[in-house]
Amino acid sequence: MAFLEINQLHKSYGPVDVLKGINIAIEEGGFLVLVGPSGCGKSTLLNTIAGLEDITSGAIKIDGSVVNDLHPSKRDIAMVFQSYALYPSMNVRDNIAFGLEMRGASKEERADAVAGVADMLQIGHLLDRRPGQLSGGQRQRVAMGRALVRDPKLFLFDEPLSNLDAKLRVDMRTEIKRLHQKLSATIVYVTHDQIEAMTLATQIAVLKDGVLQQVGSPDEVYNTPANLFVADFMGSPTMNLIPAKLEKNDAGVHVELSRESGSIILPVREKAGALDKLIGKNIVFGIRPEDVTDAEGQDAAATDVAQAECHVEVVEPTGADKYVVTHLGGKELIARMRAGFGVNPGDKMPFNFNMGKAHFFDPASEMRVA
Amino acid sequence: MTNMSGKFSRALLYSILIVFAVYYMLPLYVMVVNSVKELDEIRQGAMLSLPQKFTIEPWLSAWSTAQIGVDPTGLKPYFINSILMVVPAVFLSTMLGAVNGYVLTKWQFPGHRIVFGLLLLSCFIPFQIVLIPMARILGTLGIAGTTSGLVFVHMIYGIGFTTLFFRNYYDAFPTELVRAATIDGAGFFRIFYRILLPSSGPIIVVTVIWQFTNVWNDFLFGASFADADSQPVTVALNNLVSSSTGVKEYNVHFAGAILAALPTLVVYIVSGRYFVRGLMAGAVKG
Ligand SMILES: Nc1ncnc2c1ncn2[C@@H]1O[C@H](COP(=O)(O)OP(=O)(O)OP(=O)(O)O)[C@@H](O)[C@H]1O
Ligand SMILES: [Mg+2]
Repeated sequence: MAFLEINQLHKSYGPVDVLKGINIAIEEGGFLVLVGPSGCGKSTLLNTIAGLEDITSGAIKIDGSVVNDLHPSKRDIAMVFQSYALYPSMNVRDNIAFGLEMRGASKEERADAVAGVADMLQIGHLLDRRPGQLSGGQRQRVAMGRALVRDPKLFLFDEPLSNLDAKLRVDMRTEIKRLHQKLSATIVYVTHDQIEAMTLATQIAVLKDGVLQQVGSPDEVYNTPANLFVADFMGSPTMNLIPAKLEKNDAGVHVELSRESGSIILPVREKAGALDKLIGKNIVFGIRPEDVTDAEGQDAAATDVAQAECHVEVVEPTGADKYVVTHLGGKELIARMRAGFGVNPGDKMPFNFNMGKAHFFDPASEMRVA
Repeated sequence: MTNMSGKFSRALLYSILIVFAVYYMLPLYVMVVNSVKELDEIRQGAMLSLPQKFTIEPWLSAWSTAQIGVDPTGLKPYFINSILMVVPAVFLSTMLGAVNGYVLTKWQFPGHRIVFGLLLLSCFIPFQIVLIPMARILGTLGIAGTTSGLVFVHMIYGIGFTTLFFRNYYDAFPTELVRAATIDGAGFFRIFYRILLPSSGPIIVVTVIWQFTNVWNDFLFGASFADADSQPVTVALNNLVSSSTGVKEYNVHFAGAILAALPTLVVYIVSGRYFVRGLMAGAVKG
């Protein structure tokens, strides 16, 4: 049975529906990451799980029991806020121990618990400081300590790393992952950052305008996005999504992509079977930059590769790779080539499309077909 | 700007400031100087000159022996009345304002805006309008003519302002802290006095100064609602000055006026710096 279960959750502020029928279940020890654009309702969803916001309808179950009407302090959860929300007038020790104190723990219990957490997070030397005297990363640790010390059933994180600089964010990300593995805690985690989502999650839930778009493992969400929104949202650089036409002739099924000088034809073999319904129709052809390469840089495991001559417009070296930009179907297409590959703007060269990893979407419903 | 004209405009600026400072300080100077002169010396005319013979007698007289109304008690008992009135009035109105501000920002209920609007409106009601209704209420409550009655009036009258101060201050106070404390298991009052109140230093100072000054300096309520034995020092000062026992003892009057103004002066000097800082903190948001 799922450890955290959300059924048909609706939340509205007056006439504004913010969450529109959310269904999510996660197992004990799972790490659920909520992603979505700003204002889609991630924080609201987290706050309803915490009990900080009342829900309009639906049910939230934690560990088998419905908590809809339970006060936040009775839900056995801990939350880490984006601003860390450390009590400014208390030192680190009191900040961490506050929740225990409110629950009536004795002085000795509190001291033991604080010491244990301080040890785990390596903040022992900071215990007598005030939050104002800590760096961003240290505050973040204290905020985590405050959550950990109570040993709750469920951890809720609302963009805990978004106030840190890039380097520290990567470090803390690793640390959170380590903590999760060590404690086998159940976590719900909100973020804007899809790298964070991919690296931390056992389950990703993509939210848009209060509607769940897809829930699945990072692998599922990345490799079989349910619709155009998810395809576009997950991945960096984003998936190339190009209006195209699907045709069939004696040679088999192929995608036709228009461009200024005629069009290019990409034969589809592996996924052809699933595309019958769309033959002769307009589709959106999706392919990730890493699945468009130069001939030698191609994935050795790829079994269905189509090649086409393309016009190189821009070359962006990133150090590890080179992103090569061309135009197809009226849109930019980004290909990821090897860093050492010699290519210049203005060149005409063959691009290899890994068609086994291509995605086909119905433009009307925006849903994935294959 | 060239260095020369910079210096010039600065000099001009400082001259103007000094002129104004002198202008404002002059009355105080006159009061202080004449309060330590003998009456004869004042009668000779030279108000601005320093005392030829220094005496502390007018101060002692104003404090403990001058004629106030019919009794030669000096200002002392009335000064004590004022303290007995101002301390609870300031404390209660500040605390109520703090709780109001807390509720109006962190525990918003339907209609909270209207409640705040009404409280704000109460800041603009002139004292005179409430005199008669207030007299009736005090009579009904059985605290007419007592210090408790004055405390009650000043507390009620202060709530509008103190609520305004605290509401604006707490509006900028991060709501996430309240949420964190809620999850930690703290209730309404615990969050208030463990989380918000310890961070409210500047605005408490502002409110206390504001309330202290207003309540201490009030004359109208004191004159309207107090009996002879609960009159505040402002009313007593008036009686001192207008007591007609023949000669006008200007030196005693000056000393009495300074005595009556001393507490507010002290409050400003001790905490004026926080006052400005707190006003700014409240002004940024809200
Ligand atoms: N108290 C409120 N009253 C009315 N609308 C609200 C309230 N709180 C949030 N909303 C609306 O609900 C929507 C979701 O807000 P929420 O804070 O959950 O977004 P989010 O996904 O967390 O965004 P971000 O990534 O920017 O933090 C927003 O459109 C917001 O305007
Ligand atoms: Mg948010």
